[in-house]
Amino acid sequence: MSNSDNYEAAASGASTEVASFADTKKGFVGQFQHALHVNPAIVPLIVLVAAIIIFGLLLGSRFFSPFALTLILQQVQIVGVLAAAQALIILTAGIDLSVGALAVLCTVVMGQFTFRYGLPAPVAVAAGLAVGTAIGAVNGWLVSRMKLPPFIVTLGMWQIVLAANYLYSNNETIRSQDIEAEAAFLQFLGTKINISGAIFTLGVVLMIGLVFGLAYALRSTAWGRHVYAVGDDPEAAELAGVNVHKTLMSVYMLVGFICGLAAWVMIGRYGSVSPSATTGVIGNIQSITAVVIGGISLFGGRGSIIGAFFGALIVGVFELGLRMAGADPQWTYLLIGVLIIAAVTVDQWIRKVTA
Amino acid sequence: MTQPILKGRNLTKRYGKVTALDNCDFELMPGEILAVIGDNGAGKSTLIKALSGAVIPDAGTVELDGKPVKFQSPIDAREAGIETVYQTLAMSPALSIADNMFMGREIRQKGLMGQLFKRLDKKEMERIAREKLNDLGLMTIQNINQAVETLSGGQRQGVAVARAAAFGSKVIILDEPTAALGVKESRKVLELIQDVKSRGIPIILISHNMPHVFELADRIHVHRLGKRLCVVDPKKYSMSDAVAFMTGAKEPTQAEAEAVAV
Repeated sequence: MSNSDNYEAAASGASTEVASFADTKKGFVGQFQHALHVNPAIVPLIVLVAAIIIFGLLLGSRFFSPFALTLILQQVQIVGVLAAAQALIILTAGIDLSVGALAVLCTVVMGQFTFRYGLPAPVAVAAGLAVGTAIGAVNGWLVSRMKLPPFIVTLGMWQIVLAANYLYSNNETIRSQDIEAEAAFLQFLGTKINISGAIFTLGVVLMIGLVFGLAYALRSTAWGRHVYAVGDDPEAAELAGVNVHKTLMSVYMLVGFICGLAAWVMIGRYGSVSPSATTGVIGNIQSITAVVIGGISLFGGRGSIIGAFFGALIVGVFELGLRMAGADPQWTYLLIGVLIIAAVTVDQWIRKVTA
Repeated sequence: MTQPILKGRNLTKRYGKVTALDNCDFELMPGEILAVIGDNGAGKSTLIKALSGAVIPDAGTVELDGKPVKFQSPIDAREAGIETVYQTLAMSPALSIADNMFMGREIRQKGLMGQLFKRLDKKEMERIAREKLNDLGLMTIQNINQAVETLSGGQRQGVAVARAAAFGSKVIILDEPTAALGVKESRKVLELIQDVKSRGIPIILISHNMPHVFELADRIHVHRLGKRLCVVDPKKYSMSDAVAFMTGAKEPTQAEAEAVAV
């Protein structure tokens, strides 16, 4: 350091006070923004509660009854399970367009394995879950190893799975009565539990259990932290010692498995197995909608799965509420469209907390 | 004579037609700060990545503590006790300081919750993270659970250095630790580096900042055109000499080039 100008000495006279974080400029809005940054599921929760209150006031006890409120849960159980799967993928900064089609294919596998091959129903369910997991693994491998964009991979897989589903089933529906008579286990998740007018199906219980189980895994296990880190910045995660490939594979396989669960829920809900169920075509968009309204960032790494669950419930409340109010169903779609844009706007606003 | 703790021999790495590393040798002695300087494109980063497992060299050998090692990934190198602070810092901005410090080596709770439900011991990780930051005098950070993206550049750098210091048992590699920092923040990081050195952990410092290099380094590895040109002693050479060597304005004499051997 002999001949260098000792320029740092000039800074020695400066204030040695460390940056203190005065909250003066923040105020209520700032604190709210900070709270959202820490806990992004608050927004959809507020929207959900507000929607229930508004419809409750408008429709009175017709809407505000144990029966109607649990009916919403029953109506969203399939989308809710798919949204849990979609949330996982979106947290890794991906997107999965094949979830709905995959669920339908799994219902067909469960049905055909029982009725075409005469296998016991539990074996057929296990086979359906295995098919889901295997296709999830293919998606994961293409995304993680071949470095293909998730949008493209799952766009292709969506078409492949949907077509395979029609080809394999010969476009035949298995009737509800047949399933009930010969393989009731396939409809197991449709079993109803009546608690003084509130009706829960086992599918609803599974959906809630799944959401809370995943929320726990994401928050409190190393795997969960890795999912967020991979979604945030995969290179940084790799350098910090996360096995990005393994994390992505585990997420895509788990998502495939959850699609299998959604299939089982579907059979419970509809009773029958139909390869042309609408879930195959719109399940992906429905699940993405729930995830986005639930405050999960499409850029990955931010948001909570509970939020996605709230998102699915918001859609369910709007659908049932508006139908009970006798509104044109198009209003539902219009309002959901508004909610999607509003949710992404809020997401951008929350991110500004860093700036 | 002491043996180098980390030694590279004839390291070669090509990217297509570009030879980033050309039969490069490298030595890091125990307890020293070795600065690596070189012009842009000289292959400093590739050399460091070859030593930290981020790049697998096409040829050549790396020895750690006299034993040959072949790292396939940064995780391998970390397990061997080599910690790297990358220029990009390798942190997940949305996650907390504690989460980032323990990324990839989380601590699980003891007992059933840990084994069966794989529950993380957040309390313990926060305690250790706070302790490590304290050790390095970084307690201007108030909340160990605040997201890394809410920290200033200097604080982030501090957390990254603290992470490396907390887990690096053999070697710590710092890539441009002061590049993005202001004068005062740089000073803080330089003190951190001295502090880490005083615990006996050798450090490889890559920097373009000559005053910082000459202040900290015990020896300076001058990298030019994919290989080690010479190793100079900052007490015997001036900054202008070092710059002249690394830009090719001046060739080291035979004696200077041979002074490489420690």
